[in-house]
Amino acid sequence: MAESFSVDVVAADRRVWQGRATQVVATTVTGEIGILAHHIPLIAALAPGRAEITVEDGRRMAVAVAGGFLSVSEGGETTIISPYAQLADEISLAQAERDLRQVQKAREDGDLSLETERRYHRALAQVRAAARKV
Amino acid sequence: MAASLRELRERNRSVRATQKITRAMELIAASRITKAQQAAQEALPYTRALNRAVRDVLGHAGVYHPLLIKAPHPRRSAVLVLASDRGLSGAYSSNVLRKAEELFRNLDDKHSERQLYVCGRKAVDYYKYRSRPMADHWEGFSDHPSYADADLIAHVLMEAFLRPYEDGGVDEINIVHTRFVSMLAQETRVRRLLPLEVVEAGGAGRVEALYDFEADTDGTADDAADDAAYGLLDELLSLYVRNRIHFYLMQAAASELASKQRAMKAATDNAQQLIEDLTRQANQARQSQITQEITEIVGGAQALSEVKTRME
Repeated sequence: MAESFSVDVVAADRRVWQGRATQVVATTVTGEIGILAHHIPLIAALAPGRAEITVEDGRRMAVAVAGGFLSVSEGGETTIISPYAQLADEISLAQAERDLRQVQKAREDGDLSLETERRYHRALAQVRAAARKV
Repeated sequence: MAASLRELRERNRSVRATQKITRAMELIAASRITKAQQAAQEALPYTRALNRAVRDVLGHAGVYHPLLIKAPHPRRSAVLVLASDRGLSGAYSSNVLRKAEELFRNLDDKHSERQLYVCGRKAVDYYKYRSRPMADHWEGFSDHPSYADADLIAHVLMEAFLRPYEDGGVDEINIVHTRFVSMLAQETRVRRLLPLEVVEAGGAGRVEALYDFEADTDGTADDAADDAAYGLLDELLSLYVRNRIHFYLMQAAASELASKQRAMKAATDNAQQLIEDLTRQANQARQSQITQEITEIVGGAQALSEVKTRME
């Protein structure tokens, strides 16, 4: 069995998940990255999308991240810092898809305000995370 | 006799009704403080993780970022005032507004123009009434701020900070808010938001991230690694500013609720005092009414018996 390391997923207003995992896969702005135990210290900006955590007991779970960071400390502790992070289990896919369609329409109509952009990234991350529930 | 018995009883009833309201408000405020404190507690892991990341990245020598640049003589300063949406919270909002006036005078002395950003209906009304121009204002979340609210405010403020002075941008941003020290003590204070001064929460490790104008000019960051670091720093710092504002908003909310609870407790106590006074006065009035009636009856009976004796 693969060695485990501690993982912490934090949103701006709460801790989303904390525990030990054997693998974390996330999409950074420069591409996919996989973290195993004893990874070198690292910090990378995340793209809106899903992060996948393989929990110690073999269960896999998805987290929706709308931006933020992935950081690995000296000791290999991994932290996902994402203001609007959410577990895929907490997301209603139908609702997220509806949001996404709405926001996409608003964007096509020329609304590029911060609010819309933020909702777009959130909805995108939610759909990506929830679409494939592992 | 000062007031009739009926009047006194009427007032007693009305004070009792008011007391019920203030007591309810006191209890509501108390339960919401607990919630506000819990929210602040739940935001801590994020704050810690983010601060650690900022410190790690800033630890690399030679990082430079516009949000860290300090203007030697700020020509225009923005002030963000955090007050409450609703009244009935004692001196909470007026303390904040007084502190803000103090800061304005300070800025005037330094010959810095000012730009006003206001949060909370009470403060918005105050400045509107005095026809002070506001660059932007927000209402409706002073006692339950969410991260999304902070996000919005931060976006506006950072844009103002990064805009050149000539286009109406500001050189520094100050924030007037109330720090929640304890249920009994809240402290109104001024903090500089931008340029950033990165301080570890709890004061364990303090990271000075302030650069002078001059020191920046020789910063030579050309290769790809530095570019990547810059992009990362850009994201990190913008999250950092958002989180700071979220933190200030949460502190302000807890302070507002504590202030409201205290004000409502004082009102309830006052009402209790009033009720006791009114009850005493009513009893006195009732007693003197009875005394008077007895005197009248006794007097009347005596007069009657005197008449009777004389007729016999």
